[in-house]
Amino acid sequence: MNDLLKLESKATRRGFLKTTGAATLVLASSPALAETAETVPQQSEQVRLTINGRPYALNLDPRTTLLDTLREHLGFTGSKKGCDQGQCGACTIIVNGQRINSCLALAVMHDGDEITTIEGLADEGVLHPMQAAFVRHDGFQCGYCTPGQICSAVALLSEHRAGWSSYATADVATVPVLTDAEIAERMSGNICRCSAYPNIVAAIREVAKEGSQ
Amino acid sequence: MNPFSYERASDIASACASAARPAAKFIAGGTNLVDLMKVQIEAPGQLVDITRLPLDRIEETAEGGLRIGALVSNSAAAADMRVRRRYPLLAQAILAGASTQLRNKATTGGNLLQRTRCPYFYDTTKPCNKRAPGSGCAALEGLNRMNAVLGVSDNCIAAHPSDMAVAMTALDAVVETVAADGSVRVIPIDELYRPPGNTPHLETVLEPGELIVSVLLPPPPAGRQVYRKVRDRASFAFALVSVAAVLDVDGERVRASRVAFGGLSYKPWRSAEAEDALVGAPATRASFDSAGVAALKAARGYGRNDFKIPLARRTLRATLTQAAGLA
Repeated sequence: MNDLLKLESKATRRGFLKTTGAATLVLASSPALAETAETVPQQSEQVRLTINGRPYALNLDPRTTLLDTLREHLGFTGSKKGCDQGQCGACTIIVNGQRINSCLALAVMHDGDEITTIEGLADEGVLHPMQAAFVRHDGFQCGYCTPGQICSAVALLSEHRAGWSSYATADVATVPVLTDAEIAERMSGNICRCSAYPNIVAAIREVAKEGSQ
Repeated sequence: MNPFSYERASDIASACASAARPAAKFIAGGTNLVDLMKVQIEAPGQLVDITRLPLDRIEETAEGGLRIGALVSNSAAAADMRVRRRYPLLAQAILAGASTQLRNKATTGGNLLQRTRCPYFYDTTKPCNKRAPGSGCAALEGLNRMNAVLGVSDNCIAAHPSDMAVAMTALDAVVETVAADGSVRVIPIDELYRPPGNTPHLETVLEPGELIVSVLLPPPPAGRQVYRKVRDRASFAFALVSVAAVLDVDGERVRASRVAFGGLSYKPWRSAEAEDALVGAPATRASFDSAGVAALKAARGYGRNDFKIPLARRTLRATLTQAAGLA
């Protein structure tokens, strides 16, 4: 435990705001602030998480989602809050090797889990192959959905390596080739309102081919 | 989100005892419950986290079936080779639902107990007998194209949203539970859900604190299994209509069949009428059409969902045509 970063959630958040004054306007009406203003006695739960290989310990209101933990308490703002109801995929992170919507996950339920966010994909400044492919293929326009798209795509490739089929697979007992139709089906939990889909599929197709050689 | 106290259950008995308290709820994947808590349609005072309980295995049964633990994720169930080879219908149905991110979190037990996606259940400015008993049903005269046409009442026309449960219903699955007093019982999946009648807020026969621990699949029935889903977009959308079918053809004639519909009722709708019409009939499109007419005979549309009745007949014909190898 002595190597854990001890973080008081509120203090950290304020510290984060102080160092990023421009964010104040956006965050002034955020749900996290509204929650702290309530007068009901709050239960506080200790939550230990390993994020991008580094251990963290926090005391959190049990209502706090993983997404809010990352963004509001720890300053990992790569994961985005789009719909906050599991429909858009902008908050996609990888927990214990599986992609999930962090907006629908309570942090307290993930005590002890290992998390990878978009911030953890690059290796000492060298982009992850999926990040590089998204850049090469212009797999985005505004970029808001991109961290979720890339985390999702990275997990998609491990799922395929593990032999998962999809609804696009004709015979569900087989492991299909990752065709464009397979990639599209497996990425349907990530919405891109700029509609960069063809380039996103191209980026994933390229990394999938590199991986299979 | 309303404040709640959090308890991490370490064994089934204490989980059931805790969840039997007023305002307490089990939570597992949370993909539906957390969403509803954010908009305060669900406001439990206590959450009992069951995700550390040892209910995450898929096991062979002595009879040649499978027992799927309640905490097996939808992804894990669909990825299991025993499920994919012996119950392809179930793997297809699970993969037809939601997105990979959601299926990675969503559990077998939670999928069965998910709430309706009727837009008026979600819209807290509108009456809804399921959300606020006695307030009325805004869907009856409203935007009801997603709503049910079979087995519902004028108090509630909400449809059950699951794909997985439709396949399980066709496969004669049985739900195994443990109650707060420690007693165990088995509930045929078709009897898990209560008809809305005058009490649409009571959705299942489960008692407070009663936990689904597993779903038992009997040995796979003879015949070809097909799940077909019709929806507004190609992926990540709830069914307008879906069909889970098993068709066993002996030469030219149907020896036996299983037919269940999704999107049509408060529960996955097993159609004895369709199965009776099919048995002994020639395996032809004409027979499949007759089965569809029989299946939807008691259906009633509410305006914007009238289209579901002919759509269900045609989806059944297409599904059976594929299962018979005629497509």
